Parts: sequence; structure tokens; C-alpha cells
Amino acid sequence: MSMFVETLIGGLLAGTMYSLVAIGFVLIYKASGVFNYAQGSLLLFAALTFVTLTDQGVPAFGAVALTIALLVATAIAIEKLLLRPLTNRSPMTLFMATLGLSYVVEGAAQGIMGSQVRALNLGIDDLPIFLGDIMISQFDLIAAGVALALVVVLSLLFNRTRIGIQLRGVADDTRAALSLGIDINRIWQIVWTVAGLVGLVAGLLWGARQGVQFSLSLVVLKALPVLIIGGFTSIAGAIVGGLIVGAGESLAETYVGPFLGGGITSWFAYALALVFLFIRPAGLFGERQIERV
Amino acid sequence: MKRLLIAALLAGTVFSGTAPASAADVSQYIPLPTYRVGAYASSGELWWAGERDYFRYINEVEGGVEGVKLDYEEFETEWSPDRTVEVYERVKAGKNGSPLAFFFTHGTPATYALLEKAAADRIPLIDPAGGKTETVDGTVFPYAFPLLFSYYSQASTGINYIASKVGGHDKLKGLKIATVYHDSAYGRASQPAVEVLAGKYGFENIQIPVADPGNEQSPQWRQIREQKPDWIFLRTWGVSTVVALKTAQRFGFPADRIIGDVWAGSESDTIPAGAAAVGYSALAPYPGGTGFEIHKRLKAEILDKGKSDLRDPKLFGAVNYNIGLVNAALAVEALRTGYKHFGARPLNGEEGRWAFEHLTIDDKRLEEIGFKGLLQPIRITPHDHEGGGAARIQSWDGEKWVLQTDWIKADHELLNPLIKAGAEAYAKEHGITPRTPETETN
Repeated sequence: MSMFVETLIGGLLAGTMYSLVAIGFVLIYKASGVFNYAQGSLLLFAALTFVTLTDQGVPAFGAVALTIALLVATAIAIEKLLLRPLTNRSPMTLFMATLGLSYVVEGAAQGIMGSQVRALNLGIDDLPIFLGDIMISQFDLIAAGVALALVVVLSLLFNRTRIGIQLRGVADDTRAALSLGIDINRIWQIVWTVAGLVGLVAGLLWGARQGVQFSLSLVVLKALPVLIIGGFTSIAGAIVGGLIVGAGESLAETYVGPFLGGGITSWFAYALALVFLFIRPAGLFGERQIERV
Repeated sequence: MKRLLIAALLAGTVFSGTAPASAADVSQYIPLPTYRVGAYASSGELWWAGERDYFRYINEVEGGVEGVKLDYEEFETEWSPDRTVEVYERVKAGKNGSPLAFFFTHGTPATYALLEKAAADRIPLIDPAGGKTETVDGTVFPYAFPLLFSYYSQASTGINYIASKVGGHDKLKGLKIATVYHDSAYGRASQPAVEVLAGKYGFENIQIPVADPGNEQSPQWRQIREQKPDWIFLRTWGVSTVVALKTAQRFGFPADRIIGDVWAGSESDTIPAGAAAVGYSALAPYPGGTGFEIHKRLKAEILDKGKSDLRDPKLFGAVNYNIGLVNAALAVEALRTGYKHFGARPLNGEEGRWAFEHLTIDDKRLEEIGFKGLLQPIRITPHDHEGGGAARIQSWDGEKWVLQTDWIKADHELLNPLIKAGAEAYAKEHGITPRTPETETN
């Protein structure tokens, strides 16, 4: 029984790491209806910038501040150079634009800062904590705490601030928001900045676990089933989806994997997402799209 | 005026056609499918620096191979086999008057993808320490060369090292040895050999797959904690090695009981793992470090003169850089063998095959070219396209790899029947009649 509980808890904690990545997608999708394929590249870019600065002797606090400044500049550049010229184009056009953007960001990040794997030490040791017979990862526990804190901050931003209300307004009805005088370009800059900051947090945590390298941009592959299960428009959905994927794949690898030759985590989350697509296409917390025909 | 210009250009073309450069003036064309961007760029960037630095050294310091300059050209593939196939199709006819003597695939999936095409085109595929293990048998696979260290040899050498640590092969009986492997063709490639070795020596063979990319491995290491293996053979790749080492630490499995294979044993694997990698050992057909004669020569002639392809000179002598050096040296020595036989001119694929099948680098030659200790003595024959089958063991001390042993050979008597059986099965399936090299004239 303790093995089952440990596997379940380990999976749930690992799932919060997936949620962190998924939240970045949700923010941009909520505000603009764009599925941002470049979120993984932004995550890599943010973590690589931080590590490059600390490698150059910049203190961690300064490196975070400079990275945030660069993310703000990047968000403004993306809005001005990429999104504004494509205003009122179809979601598919915008998606393709973010696809191109991901290659530009990845290439530029590696070209400028190098492609070597960098170690990232956040001062959080990946050591075990024992609760009786049950072992929990200290690192995963802290990562889960960070994810929770992030959700609280983002909820406050969306629900308690003027900017948050504007963001929700744009998400609900862009034209109505425009008619009320909301500066949609500024909203896009803000939302891309916030998505970049979420990417920075996720990038630092994933980077501390596996090193800062190109494969960081591939962790988004874990976010896709999370989004399908939780819904593309809900931060709470991203958290719940992450928990379901994390716990599901961990239990499946342990108890089903041996009967299927093992190594099933690469496809299990997608199979689970497929089941949810049949049952609830908008995801658990997603908004159902109703269109008049 | 326009007509005059056209006439002059035509005349120039005709003139240049009537006076071709002599064959010896033509460089040997060597295409390099590389990956400087993408998921594996951290390995690739150093690998290509090693290859380019050595080719540059040969051209600029030694005046080419037997006087023939090397014309190397990169093609970015992001380690994608389909792009490597595209590169192959583009370059197989050669360039600037030079035919293609061989094609570096730079990746096992690409080797698999090109196996039949290259055999039909009669162009040797060179994939040291990679490729399809059965292609060691040159009678069935005349155009595939998994030089140095096949996946079966990797398994056997790893087990031989564990035997040396526990006090002999007889002490392996009753031990539990778990292979944690990347769940891919590469990761599974050593399984038949480990099975045979387990049968011979009586150890328990536990196989635990890690799905790509392997950035969450708690279920696998929980399984390991339950099964309590004595040793772990780590056959991962990229991020899955870093995560394996860190997760092993969390689950309390000691790093000094983990032996990584050749593709899980570079600085890219250990530096990000931090303290979790200290004491971890790996098979090293390509040892790390700069304490070899060739590094002194390259430092003096290439690095100190600002001609190196390395972005960061601190990475001079990194495992991946040395992989590039060794692979380039194998190509150079094979070409030298061919030029001595066919004459100093660019070789075609069939001549390239002959050159590789007669490549011998003994201790004396290793001393001459400055690779003693970095490259094992190698002797390729038409029957044996591996030619080496040994590795040294190196351990990570937290800052650098430290060599622990001399060359440890694989158990070829045990492995050869396995390779032969696999090659025969392939021949039967593909309707290939194995050649008899003894009857061939060349």
C-alpha cells in the first residue's frame, strides 16, 4: 500500500511541474485565443538568459531582474513585430506565426548564449523526505509550493486588479473591449510578459532538475495533454490537468508498464487526453465553444 | 558587347574544359551531416569542432593525406534521420570532381535509414560506436562500418568491468545487474548480448526502459529500489542520463555502482547532474582529457593560432570533442590506406570500402599520429567491420573524467556467434548472398 501511496504522491508532485508549463499556454490563449507554440522556446530563452548571466558573475537577484527586463522587451517586440501586423487574422495564421517565432527564439538563444548544457543550482537539494515508509522528493515538494503560489498570484492579478479585469474583458470579447477603449496592444504585451515570467519560473525549476539545455523547450510536450484535459482557458484546469497527468502516468508506468514492456510515459498522457477529448472536448475547466450556424 | 561577353565566357568554359586539373589536385570530398542546433547541439557542437580541427590540422600542417587535401562540408540535420538521408542523396555523387569515398552518418537512426540505399550505391556508411550491431559482419554488410565499439561490445565490456570490481567473473553469479535504457532502437540494442552474458555468468538480468525524453524517472527508480540491483548499466542518452543520475541519488542508489555506456558518458551528462554524478563511471572508447600527444600538436598548431572551431577553448579535450578527433583520425587513416593502394587521388565508394576493410592502426602507428591512449589499436577486415571492441573506464570526480583502466576488451568469442546469427537472419530476409572476401580481387 505504501508503494501505491508513494507512487501517487510522487506523480501528483511531478504533475505540478507539468502544470507550471501549461499555465504559460493558458495565459496567452485566454487573452488572445492564440495557441502559443513558442512557449517552450520562451521557457528555454528565459532559463538560458538567467544561467548565462549568473555564469558571468551576476548575482542571482540581479540575473532575475535582468532576465525579467529582457522578457518584457521580448514581449513588446513580439507584439509590435509579429502580432500587430497580424491583427484580425485567423487563429491558424497566428498559430503558424508562433511556430516560426519558436524557431527564431530557439536559434537566437543558442546562437547568442551557446548550446552547451549548463548546470543550474537553485540551492534546493533533490533529497528524499520520509513520512514513515513513504518517500517524497524535497525538490518536487518545493516546486509544487511554487506552482501553488503562482496560481494564487495569477488569480489575484486576474480577479483583483484593473489590468486583470481588462485582460478578462479582452478574452471574453475583443471587439467589445476595443469599443470600451481598452488598449489591446498593451494587453498583449502584458500577457506575453506574464507568460514569459511563468516560463522563467518553469524554466528555472526544470533547468535545476535536468540542466539548462535545448531539451527544456521540449517539456511543452508534457503540457499539451495537460491542456487538453484541464482546458485551454483555465489556470485551475492547468493545475488539475497536471495532477491527473502526473499521477496517471506514474501509476501507469509502475502498475501497467511491466505488462506492456515498460517505458509507456511518452504516450500514456496522450492516450489519457484522447479519452478526455471523447468525453469532454473542452477539457474539465475549459469554456465550451458555442457558435451560431 | 553583350555577344562578346557571352563568347568570352563560352571560350573560358571550353578552355577550362580542355585543361582539367590533374586527379591529384582534386581534394577528397567529405560531407558532414551535423547538428549544431536542436536537442543534441550540446554534443554536436563539440563533436564537429573535433572533426574540423583534425581535418584542418591534416590539411594545413601535414599538407593533406598523402598530398590529397580534404574538402569537408557541413550540412545541418538537427540529428534528424530524414534530413541526413536528404544530405546523403545530395552528396552521393561527390563534388568538384571528387567522388564520395564514404559517408559519416553521425547517428544510429540515420545509419538504419541508409543501410539499404548505401549498399545499393556502393558507398560505405561510417558510424563508429553506433549503427546496427549485426553490420559488424562485413560479408553480409559490405558497406556498413560500425567501427570501434558495437553495442554488443559495450554490454560485454561493461560486464567485464563489473567482474573486475567484484573479484572475477565467477563472482558475478547471483548478482543483480539492471540495465536502465532509453526506450529506443539504440537503448534496446544491447539486450541480446546482456541476455547471453547473464546466461554464461549467472547474474540476474533486469531491464528497465525509460521513455523518451526521460525527464521524469521516479517510477523507474522506485522499481529499482524495490528490486535492489547490485549494479546498474546506464544506457540512456541526452537529458535522460542527467535525470537518471539525479533520481538515483534521491532514491539512495550509489553513483559508483552505475556504469554508463559510451553515449551516457560525457561532460554534458555529468556537469548538470552536479554532486549526483560524482563517482559515476562510463565506458570510454573515446576518453576525455587533453593529456594525449595529439592535443599538444593541435594546441600548438590550431588552437594557439586561433584556427580552432571550438567556441569555448575550455572545452578542448571534452569527451565529445575527442569523439570528433578519433572519428576524423579513423577516416584519415582509412583514406591513407586507400591512397597507398590506389594512388594519391580521391577515392570512390568501392575504393573507400577497400580502404576501410584494410585499415590497421597498431600501437606504433598510434604513437606516430599522437593518439596513443586516446584510440585503441584497430584492425578492420572484410569479415570484421568493428575492428576494436574495447573501451577504457573513466570516472567523474566532480570536475573532470579520470581514467581508471587501460583498454578492456569485449568477449568476442561469445559475441561473434550472436552477430553471425543476426547477420544471417538479415541476409535471409533480404535475399542477400554473403560474399566470400577471400575470393575477391582488388
